[in-house]
Amino acid sequence: MAYDKFTVLTSSAVPMPIENVDTDQIIPARFLKATERKGFGDNLFRDWRYNNDDSPKQDFVLNNPIYSGKILVAGKNFGSGSSREHAAWAIYDYGFRCVVSSFFADIFKNNSLNIGILPVQVSPEFLDKIFTAIEADPNAQVEVNLPAQTITILATGESESFAINTYKKHNLTNGFDDIDYLQAMKDEIQSFAAKSMY
Amino acid sequence: MSSSTPTTLFDKVWDSHVVRKIEDGPDVFFIDRHFIHEVTSPVAFLGLENRGLGVIFPDKTFATADHNTPTINQHLPVQDPLSANQLKALETNSAKYGISHWGLGNPKNGIVHVVGPENGITLPGMTIVCGDSHTSTHGAFGAIAFGIGTSEVEMVLSSQCIMQPKPKKMRVTINGKLGKGVTPKDAVLYIISQLTAAGATGYFLEYAGEVFENMSMEGRMTVCNMSIEMGARGGIIAPDETTFAYIKGREKAPKGEAWDKAVEVWKTLKTDEGATFDQEYTYNAADIEPMITYGTNPGMGMGITQHIPSAADQGGSKSTYEKSLDYMGFHEEEAMLGKKVDYVFIGSCTNGRIEDFRDFASIIKGRKKADHVTAWIVPGSHIVEQQIKDEGILDILTDAGFQLRQPGCSACLAMNDDKIPAGKYAVSTSNRNFEGRQGPGSRTLLASPLVAAAAAVTGVVTDPRELMA
Repeated sequence: MAYDKFTVLTSSAVPMPIENVDTDQIIPARFLKATERKGFGDNLFRDWRYNNDDSPKQDFVLNNPIYSGKILVAGKNFGSGSSREHAAWAIYDYGFRCVVSSFFADIFKNNSLNIGILPVQVSPEFLDKIFTAIEADPNAQVEVNLPAQTITILATGESESFAINTYKKHNLTNGFDDIDYLQAMKDEIQSFAAKSMY
Repeated sequence: MSSSTPTTLFDKVWDSHVVRKIEDGPDVFFIDRHFIHEVTSPVAFLGLENRGLGVIFPDKTFATADHNTPTINQHLPVQDPLSANQLKALETNSAKYGISHWGLGNPKNGIVHVVGPENGITLPGMTIVCGDSHTSTHGAFGAIAFGIGTSEVEMVLSSQCIMQPKPKKMRVTINGKLGKGVTPKDAVLYIISQLTAAGATGYFLEYAGEVFENMSMEGRMTVCNMSIEMGARGGIIAPDETTFAYIKGREKAPKGEAWDKAVEVWKTLKTDEGATFDQEYTYNAADIEPMITYGTNPGMGMGITQHIPSAADQGGSKSTYEKSLDYMGFHEEEAMLGKKVDYVFIGSCTNGRIEDFRDFASIIKGRKKADHVTAWIVPGSHIVEQQIKDEGILDILTDAGFQLRQPGCSACLAMNDDKIPAGKYAVSTSNRNFEGRQGPGSRTLLASPLVAAAAAVTGVVTDPRELMA
């Protein structure tokens, strides 16, 4: 599925200082029954966000109107567990385009990049600085600059660079995906397959 | 790489599957076997349609329905319309593209990571992917196997390749022999408790040492299955005579001359002496006892006779730790032995194979299910179900007051109706104790089939060694 190009994103951020946020929290399995990629944002963080009677849990950050934005900032080891891409779809569908953490689970990172969400891994110290900045001002603007590979807290000017491989960066900034790339090398794949033992 | 350079098993399999290397990017990685199921494949097929693409090698993809299937009355139409729709989509898509499909009611149907190996689809030296993180299970055969997302499912269907950065390598060695009542599940829960739930992120694991060499294929599958629970992409164990004996004669395994040729190749699939890893850990089997988890990630596990660690020892993770214990209704420094258990679940791609049910039966034989315990006994496949019947295990279950359900993922992820109610405690042989994993508000204690059986008959967390002859 094509996605929007990602270059520079400046936005307020939603803080979630919880570690090991697993994909069952991001989207519980009982909401994976669709056969189309639609509406997953409604069930993002379902069991943290809503009571059993579907009323919002007032103490959960997504239900607090003072926080909003296209950047989700979370504790370390974000996205662990299941390979369900629905987790990334739910985050995208809700409106986030970037997730910041000090550590990401591998499959979640791949899934995010494949659908146009930028996972930005920062140092634990910088993650704390972002949380502090949002605590001081819930509207604190954070700039994520993919071409420059930097993330900056605009109010304080504090900045850190982040890693991303050249290939993925090129894809994200141009809105390309892996399937386009693979289709272009089908002959090479066919001749590789012809030599395969299996 | 020259032939004299000592190489790891992982490198041998990985490097032989790289179609193209991209500078400062991922490898274009060729996939030998692709498993699909009803939950993570429909959107991939939609993607193919939207782009006007076909399936490049339909004979390399295998479909089975498991995640979202009922475990009772499988002969009746599926009640939940959304679930029925997903199952129908898998059937229709498989038929449309000429993909083998073992749907509900098919005698080969079962959990994808159980049916792949038991039908000889999984073989040493292969690369295997599936839109399911527990695809790591197949590493037990000396294959590189890992879970992928739906975009990648679409890539494999359309090009038989995915784009993967090569992970780093870690070796976990356990020397010695596992003690009485200590199973492969305990070995892997022990490793995860040592490394933490994120301790192997970015790595591919190789399991080595006497413990794994002496382990059955079922046991090796249990261990490799949970590699993802410490963040690893997957885990691999070198194939040996145990592996070959397991595969020989299975439906899709090579036969005759092809078998001999294959075994010759498979025998080269091991880590050369002197090959190096980015990270190595070594443990002693004698330090491992039956394990149980007390928290909300699989790294929060301990020996069953131990006490829950104190919050003060958790450093900067104290608040997350406290949130976890609060969810579980436990307190720091408490014992787990004697805690009341409401539900027992045996099954899943982790512990849904015949050996697991043999273990379970060995404890419950001659005993009765505790009155207040609800037990869900779910075989991993119809073949396992048949083995349970053929070996007399069903009679033991029935005499003890248990019922056998039909195959599927069931309460492991609670997509179907098999949900643990809020606040209830379940001793589960599955793989994840995340908040709400087994149903909203459910509280999961991960353990082996022996520990599950001991809980099922006593109604409390019990050391299975006390019930063993």
